[in-house]
Amino acid sequence: MLILQGIIDGILIGGLYALMGAGLTLVFGVMEIINFAQGILVILGAFLSYSLVRATHIDPFVTILITIPAMFLLGYGVYYLLIARLKRDRVIMSLLVMFAVAQVIEGVLDIAYGGTLVQIHASYVDTSLRFGSINIPLVYLYAFILSAVLMGCIYVILYKTKFGRALRATTQNPAAAQLVGIDVHRVSAATLGIGVGLAAAGGMLYGMTASFNPASSYDLISRLLVIVILGGFGSVGGAMAAAIIMVVIEDVVAVTWSPVWGQTMFYLVLVAVLLFRQQGIFGKQIARAQ
Amino acid sequence: MTTLHAGTAPAELLRPVEAERAFRDPFEPSKRSRATAWVALFALLAAFPIVFSNPAVTSIGVFTMMFLVAAIGWNIFSGYSGYVSIGHAVYYGFGQYAVALLIEHWHVTPGASELAIIPLGGIVAAAVAVPVGLILLRVRKHTFIVLTIAAMFIFQLLAFNFAGFTGGSAGTNVVSPPWTGTVFNLPFYYIGLGAAILALLVSWGIRRSKYGLGLLAIRDDEDRAKGLGIRVTRAKLIAYVASAFFVGIAGGLYATFVGAVYPQFAFDPTYDLAIAVMVFVGGLGTLPGPVLGALVLAPIQQYFYIQFGASTLYLIIYGILFIVILLTLPAGVVPSISDRYRSWMASRQRRREEATPTVGGAMPVTVPAGPVGIDDGGAR
Amino acid sequence: MNLLEVDEVTKAYGGIQALAGCSMTFEEGKINGLIGPNGSGKTTLFNVMTGYERADSGSVHVAGTDVTAASPDQVFSLGVGRTFQLTRIFPRLTVVENLHVASQRDGGWMSEFSRWSSPSEKVRSKEVLDFVGLTRLAAEKAGNLSYGQQKLLEFACIMIARPKAMLLDEPAGGVNPSLLLHLGGRIKALNEEEGTTFVIVEHDMEFVMGLCDKVSVMHQGRCLCAGEPETVRSDPAVLEAYLGTDMREVAR
Repeated sequence: MLILQGIIDGILIGGLYALMGAGLTLVFGVMEIINFAQGILVILGAFLSYSLVRATHIDPFVTILITIPAMFLLGYGVYYLLIARLKRDRVIMSLLVMFAVAQVIEGVLDIAYGGTLVQIHASYVDTSLRFGSINIPLVYLYAFILSAVLMGCIYVILYKTKFGRALRATTQNPAAAQLVGIDVHRVSAATLGIGVGLAAAGGMLYGMTASFNPASSYDLISRLLVIVILGGFGSVGGAMAAAIIMVVIEDVVAVTWSPVWGQTMFYLVLVAVLLFRQQGIFGKQIARAQ
Repeated sequence: MTTLHAGTAPAELLRPVEAERAFRDPFEPSKRSRATAWVALFALLAAFPIVFSNPAVTSIGVFTMMFLVAAIGWNIFSGYSGYVSIGHAVYYGFGQYAVALLIEHWHVTPGASELAIIPLGGIVAAAVAVPVGLILLRVRKHTFIVLTIAAMFIFQLLAFNFAGFTGGSAGTNVVSPPWTGTVFNLPFYYIGLGAAILALLVSWGIRRSKYGLGLLAIRDDEDRAKGLGIRVTRAKLIAYVASAFFVGIAGGLYATFVGAVYPQFAFDPTYDLAIAVMVFVGGLGTLPGPVLGALVLAPIQQYFYIQFGASTLYLIIYGILFIVILLTLPAGVVPSISDRYRSWMASRQRRREEATPTVGGAMPVTVPAGPVGIDDGGAR
Repeated sequence: MNLLEVDEVTKAYGGIQALAGCSMTFEEGKINGLIGPNGSGKTTLFNVMTGYERADSGSVHVAGTDVTAASPDQVFSLGVGRTFQLTRIFPRLTVVENLHVASQRDGGWMSEFSRWSSPSEKVRSKEVLDFVGLTRLAAEKAGNLSYGQQKLLEFACIMIARPKAMLLDEPAGGVNPSLLLHLGGRIKALNEEEGTTFVIVEHDMEFVMGLCDKVSVMHQGRCLCAGEPETVRSDPAVLEAYLGTDMREVAR
């Protein structure tokens, strides 16, 4: 029963991690930027929702109507202001820039909110559905549903829209995409915007399911990076599957053994996988050399 | 444009000059002037704590030396091989814990004998780097960067979890040497300086060796380097372990100087950001780059930390400073200056040649300077 | 004696059968041409022979040693060097530094940590640079050279290691006619002076027919025929494969 409980929790929370990881992997896929700030951006999203709920007493789920567009603009702006100006060594330079951006945001959040742990409250936060001995917190379920809906939106954007086609073309070959008239900068900016926007939604959900402070960002980003590696860089589907598998493993180990080892297991799986498959679980082998 | 200037008969066009002479980079400063500059720099660094004996200032000096050692060490691997590691804090942490725990377990008396333990920090870090490097170096650049970060978090987690050994979140303490006042900082400072000189010599030796050339080839095109007979895994691992050694020394220095080791400061995710930015600013993969970057940025960072460390304002200021530097000096100071110097020298030489047309045989190289020679119609 | 032997090699990428039971031999001390239409498997054959890719089945031998599963550095140390269709040099190293990368394995294991620019090595690299005519650009960053110069540099990079065989992938691609003439001359000279074996993949028929002692023709991942340039030129199967392109012009 414990194991079943672990699996269910893992799947529900895994969905949330998939959402946050999707933002990271999408940004990497399009412009090879390892967005180290994704962790602190999730926390920023959580604090924004937290403040809105405290100030206006609206339902946390409504706040994302404000926070997603706001953080989309933040990502869009960061691209044009910082990333687009990098000319050489873009992969590593953008990582360092995003690292510095993360530091600035962390500093701001620390001054604004301090280091105390908070959680976003709603009337249903402590309610859960019970099936025999299985306990499903309502928030987890809502979080999973919203994650699924947003991931559905991402799918539609990627595969059913003109923008999505431009984005996928840019992922595969930016130079060729530019040749056929795609504004690579605009696509990249919008992608970073979407990635950061997903962090806003993920942050709201994260803030309801766990207590957080600015320092939580490091734990978050390290998990998200593991998920993205295992999912194969740039693959949204891979990140989803990896997120759910990893969190299920962690939760099962946590409930059957100890939470500390659950967390350690998360990383041990990474090391084990990489010993045998260097491209992650779902990554594809590069096709043809020359 | 299909004429062949140098290509048709180079042996006739070129006088049989000595190979040495033909390959000499005409714009490079002479060996002697470079050596003089290095000696002068380190003489200044050695004199610094004697001239400015205020403990607050020499304390910044000690931290600067720690960053100097680490930056030169980091550059040996990341600068030369092009594999950027953002997780060398692993070795900073291992250096700290190794020194702190060894001092504790061996009941080393506080004082000079504690300082003798510092090299062991480097050795332990290097020993850990062998298996970790073997796992990490299986993957290529992007995944490698992310994996190094992940490795850092793994070890931070382990440092928290193995509390019986590391003291967990309560940390481990080192009893400070019983020195007082202005003298306290000096031994740490000079150990740091000595380690920095050693690191620089190693870096210089690698840069001029066949082995170092192999590393640079890996940076440019790893598969091709492998195809030309370079044992790439071995080459990368050696550089990785060497750089871990020096970062471990910096960690050991930190542990004895500060006297306390905590998981979140030993395995600090922002540590590598600081190192990487110093090296990038100075010039990645150059010999003087990390020296310049560390000597300029480390004191600024320490100053901010002392001034604004009480709040996280220093994070904001330093973060913004990083961004400004990365955007304004993307190539690094040393390569930018050297490029500018070369093009200035080249144009000066061209002007001189125009003024005094050379008679055949008067100069070792009679092929006209400038973009002529074997020309393939301008396809570049 | 055959220096390179390829026996029944197959290699597939997804649904594309790049090599379909290809067998071929390249004789020592000869300049061998390897021609065939686009997609006939020439570059894949090179990749398989030099260890850059592993064959699905079949075997490759270099001077009697089985290298089917060898890595590129092992093949290189057996004395087989190659160039690439798209030039691969080290752009941020200088021209001289590029040359010395290939001479890594000379000497004992500690020699790796000695200076790369010892006097004797400088003399050797000067010889090589004089040979290809790039001495004047020795201290220049290789990435600053023009494409044709980079092709010559890549050639020199292999040559400095004194390989038994040099595999050249489209040495004439993107190179102007006079530079090509120069390159052809260098190949001939190297073959005569040092007895170096060459395998040259090329679309420029004039270049191949003028230079090579023996020409092999590939078609759909197989060896269609091999022999003297004259024989190959008039072989009806070859004309069929090329379907009235360059070959007929050459045949006339």
